[in-house]
Amino acid sequence: MSMPFYVSPEQQMKDKADYARKGIARGRNSVVLAYSEGILFVAPNPSSALHKVSEIYDRIAFAAVGRYNEYENLRVAGVRFADTRGYQYAREDVTARGLANWYAQVLGSIFTESNKPYEVELVVAEVGDTPDGDQMYRITFDGSVADEHGFVAMGGQAEQVAEVLKERYATGMSIEAALGAAIAALSGQGNGERGEINGSQLEVAVLARGRVHRTFRRIRGAQLEELLGKAQPGGKAAGGKGAKGAAADGAGGDAAGEPSPGDGTAP
Amino acid sequence: MGADYLGGQFTAACLSVGTSSFADFLASSAPGLLPGAGGPAGQAHGDLPHGTTIVAAEYDGGVLMAGDRRSTAGSMIAQRDIEKVFRCDDFSCVGISGVAGTGLELVRLFQLELEHYEKLEGRTLSLEGKANRLAAFVRGNLPGAMQGLVVVPLFAGFDEDTGTGRIFSYDVAGGRYEEHTFYAIGSGSVFARGSLKKLYTEGMAEADVITACMQALYDAADDDSATGGPDLTRRIYPVVALVTRDGFRRLTDDEAGEYSRAVVGERMQSPGGPVAPLRQAKS
Repeated sequence: MSMPFYVSPEQQMKDKADYARKGIARGRNSVVLAYSEGILFVAPNPSSALHKVSEIYDRIAFAAVGRYNEYENLRVAGVRFADTRGYQYAREDVTARGLANWYAQVLGSIFTESNKPYEVELVVAEVGDTPDGDQMYRITFDGSVADEHGFVAMGGQAEQVAEVLKERYATGMSIEAALGAAIAALSGQGNGERGEINGSQLEVAVLARGRVHRTFRRIRGAQLEELLGKAQPGGKAAGGKGAKGAAADGAGGDAAGEPSPGDGTAP
Repeated sequence: MGADYLGGQFTAACLSVGTSSFADFLASSAPGLLPGAGGPAGQAHGDLPHGTTIVAAEYDGGVLMAGDRRSTAGSMIAQRDIEKVFRCDDFSCVGISGVAGTGLELVRLFQLELEHYEKLEGRTLSLEGKANRLAAFVRGNLPGAMQGLVVVPLFAGFDEDTGTGRIFSYDVAGGRYEEHTFYAIGSGSVFARGSLKKLYTEGMAEADVITACMQALYDAADDDSATGGPDLTRRIYPVVALVTRDGFRRLTDDEAGEYSRAVVGERMQSPGGPVAPLRQAKS
């Protein structure tokens, strides 16, 4: 029976934005980097079944942080959008730019029109025929799109992660160097110390320029362990169990980035 | 929900929880894009490109599918080098007979259906699942078939569970039948099947089964005007696809050419092809 209080639109939007940012900050950071042979995605993810990085189309992949069910929904929508456009026209006519703009429209509508904004941050990336053709777009919870170059740090502590990446990043770096830079940035220590990163806690994927048709490929199991060994020649990553035990005290410094259990945010 | 380039339903449909089938998704969100979406067309004009022979045979290693290169419209050759055997995904292939245009649309949608499922679900469909989806597509084309736009596919793949090749045939009503050893479809299928009956043995090696199927296609072209034989002058050879444990492989033009020239070379001496022994040799 009581009249609803008036809330100014600015306040409403600010509240929604704060809410979304807080939700995203609860999860771990992810990184996307362009390397010599394509684009690398690295996300901390203990689950082998639920993915943060996925294929959308031949040369396009999707990475997200935030609330799992929401970005999973957006992933499925993106695959449907891409397949429909490719079917309607031709496979070459599906672009990351078109997809990023569409995601921006969708997220923008959700942000303004629905009660609860999506707590997600997306990156849509496309590998080109040459390194100049590589594209990365970051789309945030309110539908803002940014065209990124070289590398993207996603999630709550993005500034700190981006700082480390900026130091370590070089155009045309090898995949081992790129993976090393990503792990250094994600473990929060840029001074050469390694956190508790081993293959079973990472989700790693690439868009590989040289592959025909579908360029997306996940790197896991023995292949990932081998790559980690080369990326971190300090040897800690070479044996899973050993690395975990040895670096247990390294984990404490990372606590700020840990998700709180059971609240539906990213694994 | 924002401006939709395909109309209001599309974005909402993309975001809604639902099917992993691309065809079903299109049907609910953008039905105008589906093949045959134009509505009843009356009796289709009799001169749409048509005719074929497609053969498939199991062998030691997997399954082979081969198809001729001719499409006819009435008594004219509409295309000399049409391809009728396609890769569906890494472990399956399909060949189409009937109206070429509708068949190509069906194959394109089916390839996308399999890829779409794999991207959404993170796993490939089982071979049975793929065969069933194709049956549903054929059934969906029944109204078109009744107006003359008939498409009948032949589906084959490598089943990773059984470790063998498997062949599935269809009828226009969407019935799905598993075939063993070998099968053929199309206007020349009767001749091809007769030929393979005498040439085929189970567990053949790869080179032998390719030759046997080339012979069968040659025999089909010999007796059916809507099936084309190998065109050595223009270097247009049957499409030969092999699906094994290592995935899908199509013979290159050079490889197919080698087999075709061998078959034609022998026919110079024996135009009816290799003669089968009249009685089983006493073992």
